[in-house]
Amino acid sequence: MTTSYKASRRNFLKKVSLSGGGLIVGFNWFTAAAEKPVVITNMSIAGELGFNSYLSIAVDGTITIFSPNPELGQNIMTSFPMIVAEELDADWTKVKVMQAALDTKKYDRQLTGGSGAIPHSWKRLRVAGATARYLLIAAAANRWNVTAAECNTNNGQVIHTATGKKLGYGELAAEAATIAVPADVPLKNRKDFTIIGTAVKNVENKKIITGKGLFGLDFYREGMVFAMIQRPPAFGTKIQTVDDAAAKASPGIIDVVRFKNNVAVVGTSTWEIMKARKLLKVTYEKDGNIESTEDHDTIFATLLNSDKAVVRRKDGDVEAAFKTAAKIITSEYQCPFIPHNPLEPMNFFADVRTDGVELIGPTQTPGSARQAVSKLLNIPEDKITVDITRLGGGFGRRLKFDYVLEAAELSSIIKKPVKLIWIREDDMMGGSYRPAVRYRFQAALDAQGNLIGYKLRGVGMNQNNSTREDNFPSGAVDNLLIESVEHISPITTGAWRAPVTNFLGFAEQSFIDEVAMAAGKDPIQFRLELLEKAKTKPVGAIKYSIDRMEAVIKMAAEKSEWGKKPGVAQGFSIYFSHASYVAQVCEVEMEGKFPKVKKIIAVSDCGEVVNISGAKQQVMGGIVDGFGTAMFGKLSFKNGAPEQKNFDEYRLIRMKEIPEIEPYFVNNGIDPTGLGEPALPPTGGAVANALFKATGTRLRNQPFIDDATIGKQLRGY
Amino acid sequence: MPVFTLHINNKEQQVNVAADTPLLWVLRDHLGLVGTKFGCGIAECGACTVLLDGKAIRTCVYPVSKIKATQKITTIEGLSENGNHPLQLAWDEVDVPQCGYCQAGQIMTAAALLINNPKPTDEEILDTMHDNICRCGAYHRIREAVKLASTKM
Repeated sequence: MTTSYKASRRNFLKKVSLSGGGLIVGFNWFTAAAEKPVVITNMSIAGELGFNSYLSIAVDGTITIFSPNPELGQNIMTSFPMIVAEELDADWTKVKVMQAALDTKKYDRQLTGGSGAIPHSWKRLRVAGATARYLLIAAAANRWNVTAAECNTNNGQVIHTATGKKLGYGELAAEAATIAVPADVPLKNRKDFTIIGTAVKNVENKKIITGKGLFGLDFYREGMVFAMIQRPPAFGTKIQTVDDAAAKASPGIIDVVRFKNNVAVVGTSTWEIMKARKLLKVTYEKDGNIESTEDHDTIFATLLNSDKAVVRRKDGDVEAAFKTAAKIITSEYQCPFIPHNPLEPMNFFADVRTDGVELIGPTQTPGSARQAVSKLLNIPEDKITVDITRLGGGFGRRLKFDYVLEAAELSSIIKKPVKLIWIREDDMMGGSYRPAVRYRFQAALDAQGNLIGYKLRGVGMNQNNSTREDNFPSGAVDNLLIESVEHISPITTGAWRAPVTNFLGFAEQSFIDEVAMAAGKDPIQFRLELLEKAKTKPVGAIKYSIDRMEAVIKMAAEKSEWGKKPGVAQGFSIYFSHASYVAQVCEVEMEGKFPKVKKIIAVSDCGEVVNISGAKQQVMGGIVDGFGTAMFGKLSFKNGAPEQKNFDEYRLIRMKEIPEIEPYFVNNGIDPTGLGEPALPPTGGAVANALFKATGTRLRNQPFIDDATIGKQLRGY
Repeated sequence: MPVFTLHINNKEQQVNVAADTPLLWVLRDHLGLVGTKFGCGIAECGACTVLLDGKAIRTCVYPVSKIKATQKITTIEGLSENGNHPLQLAWDEVDVPQCGYCQAGQIMTAAALLINNPKPTDEEILDTMHDNICRCGAYHRIREAVKLASTKM
């Protein structure tokens, strides 16, 4: 057995101390106030001082920083150091980044979710880089006996402007460490950025393309055992009987262990436990509600008309507006359950010993996972370490830590280090899905086609609130009512990339188009008029930026040559989610009777773009995900059991099905507002609106390939 | 358990495993070659793709007993000496990976294509790469990187 991955923290500290004589700047990453960085001269006291990260410059000029957030493809390990390197004027080729282990004393938001890492860390990283640069300049000025004002920096060197003398950062690091940290350092003007905004390649590319063991499933350790768990095949059932004789007798099997509703097969290799698991004979019995997809349809229909809805926002007198309306438009939109399907299935390594617990693997939320393990095993958190591997995708699934708890509980029972592996079927059948949802929209138009009333009721499952009541067009309509009502389902649900808005965006933006058409107005013009209304005669609280929304709409209209392409059916959508704005124009062309989604033009305002290569990836990946899900994504249930269990039954988008994507960014010079999710929610609406123009069929249910009228034409994609 | 002799990445190796063990788990569990990934276990996603005598195979369903000692297996770790195969260079140049989990399988699938057809048409690239899933949706760049590599073979 080989050990291809080792815990990183100790190694890193060792490297830092080996850089003795270098400069180490400690700074706080996540605290509310941007505290002054401090030069650390003694690593052993750094933790006690409470600095949560270190920027170190070794005597050879190597610059290293810790990245606390789990990396799942959002490219944070590249964009964080870029921000530091920018202010530092570093030589990018000498910048290294290390994944930090979980440390709640040092980090207070060590998770990946909500498109929030860059917005949180932006200023802190800049100040840290600028402070180190200040100290290096001061050291050089001392050495040359000149003033700091006479010096400048470029690409990892301090330069004396008058004489052209140069000193590398590595040569200055030791002296810089002896200089007092300034109270305030100036940050660069954005126009002087040379790294931020450029295309910088993923710092882990080389490791990824040569097959290095970066991921959780790649972790092996001498003496560990392998385990898989047989869980109830249907939600709402529990174990009745277990016959594990044949499995236990299978080669390589160490034990079969039952805990909670789990039957765990433990053995000496993956294939042996995979085989033995098939020999288990487990029967299950009812243990609560058992639901099928048809039941959900009935539940939605009932709850849409129930009197239990919670009012989320109410402006004006909506009932009066509907009474006086010249025209009323009513539409219902529905989406199914979908699984996350990260390509690396759930897995975790746990070693529960009497002296402490070691947890290693892929998680978006290491802090919560440790808390839960501490509670489960009654072991204090300070006895539990969590090392974060690279994540083979997350999409929100790894915000849940059910699989970490399973690994820890199993290790504590068998008293061995164990790697728990879910197979694909476990993953797709194992819950935490994006829940199904239905929306009913109603719009009231006056005789001039003005939107005078707007109602939305959402029926969600286990979500608390399936609406976003302050979303556009709230604020632009005098009479408005947003309500939500919930069904509590035994099918487990969770956050899925752009929670709620991943479907709500499609429904809202499709319905706005329906209303625009009923009013006889161009869809883009209709939205702009509503925004103008929100600006000049706002109704209630407005929680989105009208200017930012307007700017992306106008730029998308311009870039797509809206309405000026004969033979091309264009569909529009604009969505504000998390803290960013993305407008999209989808272009559909008919090939015989087949509508083909040819292109999606996307204009994003995510504030300052840190890495244009990574930003394009997030937009293009988000659109591909949003498009694929809208077209094909559906998890259905029969008697509590998912009917799709692997990629032969659940259709994920593949290469031939992707449209061309043109990503553009608004550069308005504001601080970054996040991009991991915001490009996904607008896509379904842009596509549905374009397909309507091309075919005359309004798609209100996902997946589109199930549509009674044009589903067949879309299926052959 | 039988002993199998395998020729992997220009090195002869012997493993003592059950005859039906898929090559994927021989590579990962027994030989420490973890670059080949487990994604679906039913040959649908392509994350486990390696070369067998220059042809792409899905190792998650390929029993070790089917492989002859004379056949040559190439995994992502053995595709090139220093990560400088034209596909690897193109993958970096185009900055393909997001999460990165599927990329070894994508590269090996493309490697098989280019061995047998060094100048594939756009259509041939699509036909081949369509079989590999990238959950992050990095398809545009995968396509671009294969095309770029094909100009440098």
